[in-house]
Amino acid sequence: MAIKTIKVGMASCGLASGAEDVYHAIQKSLPDSIELKKTACLGFCFAEPMVEVIDEAGKSEFFGYLTPRDADKLLNNTLPDRKLLISQKRDAPANKQLARQVRITTRHSGSIDPENIQDYLDDDGYMALKKVCTGMSPQEVIDEMKASGLRGRGGASFSTGLKWQFAKDAAGDKKYIICNADEGDPGAFMDRNILESDPHSVLEGMAICAYTVGAKNAYIYCRAEYPLAVKRLKKAIADAEEMGFLGDNIFNRGFSLHIVLKEGAGAFVCGEETALIASIEGKRGMPCLRPPFPAQSGLWEKPTNINNVETFATVAWIINHGAAAYAAYGTEKSKGTKVFALAGKIKNTGLIEVPMGITLREIIYDIGGGIKEDRPFKAVQLGGPSGGCIPADLLDTQVDYDSIVKTGAIMGSGGMVVMDDTTCMVNIAAFFLNFTQNESCGKCTFCRIGTKRMLEILQRIQNGEGVLEDIEKLEHLSEQIISSSLCGLGKTAPNPVLTTLRYFKDEYIAHIKDKRCPAGVCSALVHFEIDEEKCTGCTLCIRACPTHCISGEVKKLHLIDQDSCISCGACYSVCKFDAVIRTQY
Amino acid sequence: MKLNIDKIITKYKGKNGAAIPLLQELQELEGYLAPESIRYLSEHTGIPVAELYGVATFYSMFYLEPQGRHIIRVCKGTACHVSEADTLGVAIRSHLGLSEGENTTSDGRFTVLEVACLGCCSLAPVIMIGDTTYGKLVVDKIGKILDQYE
Ligand SMILES: Cc1cc2nc3c(=O)[nH]c(=O)nc-3n(C[C@H](O)[C@H](O)[C@H](O)COP(=O)(O)O)c2cc1C
Ligand code: SF4
Ligand code: SF4
Ligand code: SF4
Ligand code: FES
Ligand code: FES
Repeated sequence: MAIKTIKVGMASCGLASGAEDVYHAIQKSLPDSIELKKTACLGFCFAEPMVEVIDEAGKSEFFGYLTPRDADKLLNNTLPDRKLLISQKRDAPANKQLARQVRITTRHSGSIDPENIQDYLDDDGYMALKKVCTGMSPQEVIDEMKASGLRGRGGASFSTGLKWQFAKDAAGDKKYIICNADEGDPGAFMDRNILESDPHSVLEGMAICAYTVGAKNAYIYCRAEYPLAVKRLKKAIADAEEMGFLGDNIFNRGFSLHIVLKEGAGAFVCGEETALIASIEGKRGMPCLRPPFPAQSGLWEKPTNINNVETFATVAWIINHGAAAYAAYGTEKSKGTKVFALAGKIKNTGLIEVPMGITLREIIYDIGGGIKEDRPFKAVQLGGPSGGCIPADLLDTQVDYDSIVKTGAIMGSGGMVVMDDTTCMVNIAAFFLNFTQNESCGKCTFCRIGTKRMLEILQRIQNGEGVLEDIEKLEHLSEQIISSSLCGLGKTAPNPVLTTLRYFKDEYIAHIKDKRCPAGVCSALVHFEIDEEKCTGCTLCIRACPTHCISGEVKKLHLIDQDSCISCGACYSVCKFDAVIRTQY
Repeated sequence: MKLNIDKIITKYKGKNGAAIPLLQELQELEGYLAPESIRYLSEHTGIPVAELYGVATFYSMFYLEPQGRHIIRVCKGTACHVSEADTLGVAIRSHLGLSEGENTTSDGRFTVLEVACLGCCSLAPVIMIGDTTYGKLVVDKIGKILDQYE
């Protein structure tokens, strides 16, 4: 069947994988009969650059791993099967992965052109805003949100309907809406993808919220590390204003909303709502004590409603399809769907949206395709620096707020970083402590100094200088940091240590007692040598070694000068002949 | 030079919460926040110098020293960390001949910084040069990528 439309995925991951070149190559040989479009992302990052090919009957197929040289084959329908990912016409490797998903929040991602408001309008765009403005009272909207069971997706998981109720009921005629797009959790990129793929859905959600709580001014606080999201948001705001979905007197109902985009300046703690508000006010982003909650006294001391990107992006769907349709997905207490970012040692890295209640195993094995190189699974990290590592024997845990908390981790914003046997859990705990220690705003003593002391202990253990009492010390410091920190950053900072201690204590003990790093990561406890038999003298390692401590001539055996080697592992990772041997002392 | 700063100042005159955008635009203009520029900004906006420095030192995007022509951000986020980002960072720094504690090459071509996550975790390990993201990096690709930058 003849091709009608080709869409090229052009979100950050796609672009970083060469989507721009693929687009231009297709454009070059494009016959007039085919329409070439840009879209953003379906979430199959591992297979980028990716295109969707739609035939005249409206059936579509997705191809991945493309290079500019594939353009002609794509246009003649002769791409090899190994580049096929998803198909509505035949069996394809990723069909099952897509079938397991329910795409509500990401309903437009990868199908519309995010820079073209008409695409959004053609797919129910701004219909929900119209429905609300022209036929629903603010209380009716809130009741609908409450009935949907939607809980904030930014990490704290508070009921969205209830939050809006507080903001609506707050006294005062000047109120603000803030969209939290500061997405700082390392390993999480749901919000980036939504902003890049479907910015209007976020704007529409914000407008519905503003109408409901009675706000005329709104801010989006976006991370500065997301230049493409910023660019697409700016265009979306301008286009929506021009078409009258934002600005003054929307739908001629006297309702007005002005949205201002603020770029963050690089501080993780600014994702915390009170710190974010301080940052918009132009100050240092330090959290402050709640109450008063932002709903009472927020930006410029006015009632303020703050929600996450993913939360806002879900709102219009709920209004269009009804609370019951949303609540039909999920579990008793965790309704609907959740977007997750899969990264780390998992085959199908990318972005997925699944109904709550699915198990970790289903996500990691059925959708994620299992572990890279089929190595053994060790843990999955949820909730970033506030979360924890869940081990293999809890893989059947259901993904809902309460079940995840029971494991000691938290759902967080949706980052899932998968780890295999090459990841050292003491190293991971130290990694997160280093992160929180760097990002602590410094207001609370325990968060500022306690995390530093914990990090020092962890570093000692990694260096093989730990003692068994260190474990108790870590637990003791954790309790104190949790109980005497003001904001979520400090209160949750010990979680990565506590969960690794709970599930991987044997690894701590191996470092302390046997001076051994079972994963072979901690550089003080491993060393590198070159295998005489296997070394081909290709010289790759010489060029990679940062301390220039490898010597050898072309096609001759290479040698590592152990005195200058810093055990960085660069030679180990570049050698294509497995000639560098990593041994544990 | 002052003419351009004046433009920024006029843009934010009388606006609430202007300190961060003022500094962001000043930095975009001059590449970093020089002491005399901060003083000038303070004199003409009435925002105390201490407050401007307070903000400038709190946020990691503000630079108080001149930066290289190209800024390389090496991601040190979780996904990159478990994908050997440390080795990559060491290799980039060694390729550029940076010694410990030094972030900018002596010819002013590159500055190497670490960031907490670039949001492209699925392609770990990731670096960003200017606004361009490079993913699935391996040590032996570094030279070729860096050579593209003058
Ligand atoms: C240290 C810290 C960092 C946070 N970072 C973010 C963030 O990047 N994005 C976000 O939406 N919420 C973040 N939050 C949660 C916010 O404080 C707030 O709960 C959320 O934006 C509310 O929106 P929601 O109800 O839609 O989830 C963070 C909280 C803490 C304590
Ligand atoms: S807990 Fe940490 S980040 Fe939060 S206010 Fe206290 S010092 Fe700042
Ligand atoms: S990279 Fe491997 S094979 Fe090549 S010289 Fe080094 S050790 Fe030998
Ligand atoms: S481990 Fe690092 S420092 Fe040691 S020889 Fe290999 S590349 Fe050089
Ligand atoms: S390809 Fe879209 S999020 Fe990675
Ligand atoms: S962890 Fe490196 S890009 Fe997110």
